[in-house]
Amino acid sequence: MAPNINPAMMEALQHVKGYIFPNELELQWGILIVIYPYLTGLVAGAFILASLNRVFHIRQIEPIYRLSLLTALAFLVIAPLPLLFHLGHPERALEVIITPHLTSPMAMFGFVYAWYLMVVLLLEIWYDFRADIVGFSKTKTGWLGMVYRILTLGFMDTSEKSLAVDDKMGRIITIIGIPSAILLHGYVGFIFGSIKANPWWGTVLMPVIFIFSAIVSGIALMLVLYVVTGRARNTPIKTECMDAMGKFLFYALVFDFALESLDWFHRFYEAEESIDILVLLVSGKLLFSLVGVQLILGTLIPLTTLGLTQVLEIPKKPRKIMYFWSAILILIGIFAVRWNVVIGGQLFSKSFAGFTTYKPDLIGRESLLVGSILLIMPFIILWVLTRFLPPWRGVGKEISHSS
Amino acid sequence: MNQFSNLFSRRQFMRLVMKSMALLAFLQTGVLFWFVRKSRAATSLPEGYNPKDHKWCMSIDVRKCIGCGRCAAACKMENHVPPEPYYFRTWVERYEVHGTDEPIITSPNGGIDGFPPQNSSEEFEKSFYVPKLCNHCETSPCTQVCPTGATFVSPDGVVMIDYDYCIGCRFCIQACPFGCRFFNPETQTADKCNLCYHRITQGLLPACVEVCPVGARQFGDLKDPESKIHAFLAENQVDVLKPQLRTHPKVYYAGLDKAVK
Ligand code: SF4
Ligand code: SF4
Repeated sequence: MAPNINPAMMEALQHVKGYIFPNELELQWGILIVIYPYLTGLVAGAFILASLNRVFHIRQIEPIYRLSLLTALAFLVIAPLPLLFHLGHPERALEVIITPHLTSPMAMFGFVYAWYLMVVLLLEIWYDFRADIVGFSKTKTGWLGMVYRILTLGFMDTSEKSLAVDDKMGRIITIIGIPSAILLHGYVGFIFGSIKANPWWGTVLMPVIFIFSAIVSGIALMLVLYVVTGRARNTPIKTECMDAMGKFLFYALVFDFALESLDWFHRFYEAEESIDILVLLVSGKLLFSLVGVQLILGTLIPLTTLGLTQVLEIPKKPRKIMYFWSAILILIGIFAVRWNVVIGGQLFSKSFAGFTTYKPDLIGRESLLVGSILLIMPFIILWVLTRFLPPWRGVGKEISHSS
Repeated sequence: MNQFSNLFSRRQFMRLVMKSMALLAFLQTGVLFWFVRKSRAATSLPEGYNPKDHKWCMSIDVRKCIGCGRCAAACKMENHVPPEPYYFRTWVERYEVHGTDEPIITSPNGGIDGFPPQNSSEEFEKSFYVPKLCNHCETSPCTQVCPTGATFVSPDGVVMIDYDYCIGCRFCIQACPFGCRFFNPETQTADKCNLCYHRITQGLLPACVEVCPVGARQFGDLKDPESKIHAFLAENQVDVLKPQLRTHPKVYYAGLDKAVK
């Protein structure tokens, strides 16, 4: 054997089951590519939750409206990083945007991302926070005041009429934003769904499942953040807000679960050439993360718990606790969903005759360490954002968002 | 009035955003063309070689292959493929078939060191070797998904990678249904068979074809009426790998068994 052989790979070679094509030993997409759809899913989900309030006037979730927008932004800023880090040549990343190869789903990344970030999210946040920014630009001094003054873009008018314009523009952008958020995440689903070589990925339902799981994870995240920020700021956690979010979460989860089940039913019924290997995959290598975490922990338990809150008269306090823990379980469950899609899809050979293994490194470029940092970063950014543009009512300038 | 002007100026602002996006898109297209031209100009081909005159392909006669693995070894040497036993531009598989059971498939070190005696003590009804390589698919999914165009089809039908352009996203590796691609740890790019492009453009044979002691691999040119490939296609029952995926491979197999993956 040549001296430069990687011991981890040689060990992996021992764990191969059945026959894999020789080049398939190494997994091409690791933990970072698990995190990428997880993050974009949270962006899309948080944004869609905010839009519900905006477009359909669901007043109960008003308290988390602006926080959801900032959360979407914080996660969106980090979302491209895992992609970038996993490239063999990150320095050439801009080639994708400068010279996109138009038949590639991945080449659309730049456009979809730029559209969503620039046109939708930033504009929406600007319209929503403009009155606050103007307020701060007048009270803050030094470089901070300078930043606020620049951010007003020169529109200092905060009269009733001007605010009404803000509100109107915000609504229009939200209406554009909902399909954009769906596009953003549906597109990520398509990156996987378009691979016909891989039966685990290549299904038309993939983008749809991605979108629904995104909505589920986004609502769960906002529910958790609402409780955590409420606790941290010592403000009352409104039951009606929790109830509304719990309800959305329940129905979104029911829908998501139904879609996933449909996918499985379809696969079993059609029983195409890949079904044997997929069954082996699910009952073997993915048993823990798919059946254990995704199905039982992340779907069935929260589904039951949330279901109980919908049908039984449960007192406020335990009800809120049930919402909170269901949301936590769902967040873990959706991470498992991403893992099962990305890693699961690469564990079996395209010969459909065997399996390889995957064990993420602890440190290094594509490692658990980098992965954890990427998962924590959005929260730090969110914390900074909430300092800079407090989303809570009553902080900064009180304005009305009702229409 | 003030209100009106406020509204108006914000509209203007929106318009400005739209305009700058259009400008960006326009510039992008311009840069794109510039790049394509530049990269075309940079391709250096030997004097007298016109890619448009050829359509390269390969034929493999499974019945002839003796599993010596010399092709896989020669390829590693010729193309500086990393020595590890999980990076191959070409490899050889052995199938051992017993009745209607699932076949036993092996490819230790891609077949480079030859194969050990048969895996099971049972008598096999059939055992055969199948050399594999990039199929240079006519409608190649790897080319389709490459976000930069670093993977492309040359006019002579060879699917190639521009190693100076590949960003190493590995999408193509996922998209190839045949496991023909790998991620080269030295170049940090995707890698795979290019039919020894540096040789064939000078009139030589690909290394694997050159060293095959039994002539199981033949190199052919679909555009050359003299090429032996025409007789091969006419005289044999020919198949390609995974035809149901409609990638239209240009590596043609004779004597392919249904057990072959
Ligand atoms: S065999 Fe694989 S790498 Fe070769 S052209 Fe076809 S899809 Fe691409
Ligand atoms: S790894 Fe390189 S050749 Fe493959 S899809 Fe990405 S940019 Fe294209």
